[in-house]
Amino acid sequence: MIVLEVAVFLLVAAGGTAVVLTRDPLDQAIVASFYGLVLGIMFLVFQAPDVALSQIAVGAVALPLMIVLALAKVRALAGSGKDDRE
Amino acid sequence: MTPTLRRRVFLAAAAVAGGLLLWGLTGLPDYGVYPGPYGDVLNAVAVDERKATNVVAAVTFDYRGVDTMGEEYILFAAVVGVAIVLRAQRGETEQLPDEDAADRRAPGTSNAVRVLGLALLGPVVLFGIYVVAHGHLSPGGGFQGGVLLATGALLVYLSGEYVTLRRVRPVALIDLAESSGAAGYVAIGLLGLAAGGTFLENVLPLGQPGALLSAGTMPLINLAVGLEVAAGFVLLISEFLEQTLVVRRPGEVT
Repeated sequence: MIVLEVAVFLLVAAGGTAVVLTRDPLDQAIVASFYGLVLGIMFLVFQAPDVALSQIAVGAVALPLMIVLALAKVRALAGSGKDDRE
Repeated sequence: MTPTLRRRVFLAAAAVAGGLLLWGLTGLPDYGVYPGPYGDVLNAVAVDERKATNVVAAVTFDYRGVDTMGEEYILFAAVVGVAIVLRAQRGETEQLPDEDAADRRAPGTSNAVRVLGLALLGPVVLFGIYVVAHGHLSPGGGFQGGVLLATGALLVYLSGEYVTLRRVRPVALIDLAESSGAAGYVAIGLLGLAAGGTFLENVLPLGQPGALLSAGTMPLINLAVGLEVAAGFVLLISEFLEQTLVVRRPGEVT
């Protein structure tokens, strides 16, 4: 069990770092969704299945969806559909 | 502020913060050790006192029910805030020229996504209802089940058209569910006062531990929270979808 716990901790650390290192907002939304899933697995491993459920629904689905939709809106408002990354 | 100075200030602040963090971490209890008395006490008495086999639910919906009410109203306020902020912008998005839509057409939904989404819809909604209804018996409850129910609406959007989502999402009904869920929590709390006790006191018959109708007011509060959360998230998601899709397809949505 301790192996699983260490593994999931490492996965969470890697996921969080990946979110920070991803600079493009659209890519970041997808990575954040994966990170939300990893956090859900962590809660499951640490015997909080109810928290895991809401974490997966909110962190892996709802939050990335809102980021993606907000980005779509921002890019549409920025006009002409061309990519506006720095 | 020059970059060099900024870096120095950051490094100094980071060193102080890191030192404090390490100092604090050394004072933590050992890994997996629980030194607080409350968890053990509650584990020992909650099933007997409240007939709820999920002790976490007994804490959140009974012993500390007022905290959860605040939590529910945080979500309520957030959803209302999003609705207000996005509504104010709707007028300007509808005036966007059509050529924006032409080069921003979303690719059509693949059949695989459609079939999977529709196949998942029934089980997800059923599971959401199950999680809400069994909150006092097993891990889950109104918040978790409500979020699951809201993902059902998302599946409709993913596997169909936005128009379909609008059809299965009567706004008046969702608004009603959202507000009655929020008001229901307070109403159940007032039940305690009406019975001569305190606010949110568990005054209903407690029943047998493990039965679906047990633990007094807990299943009712879970139902209210489930309604509020499900409706709130559907509202939230559709507000965001509307924002984007109004831009994408001006003809269809306006």
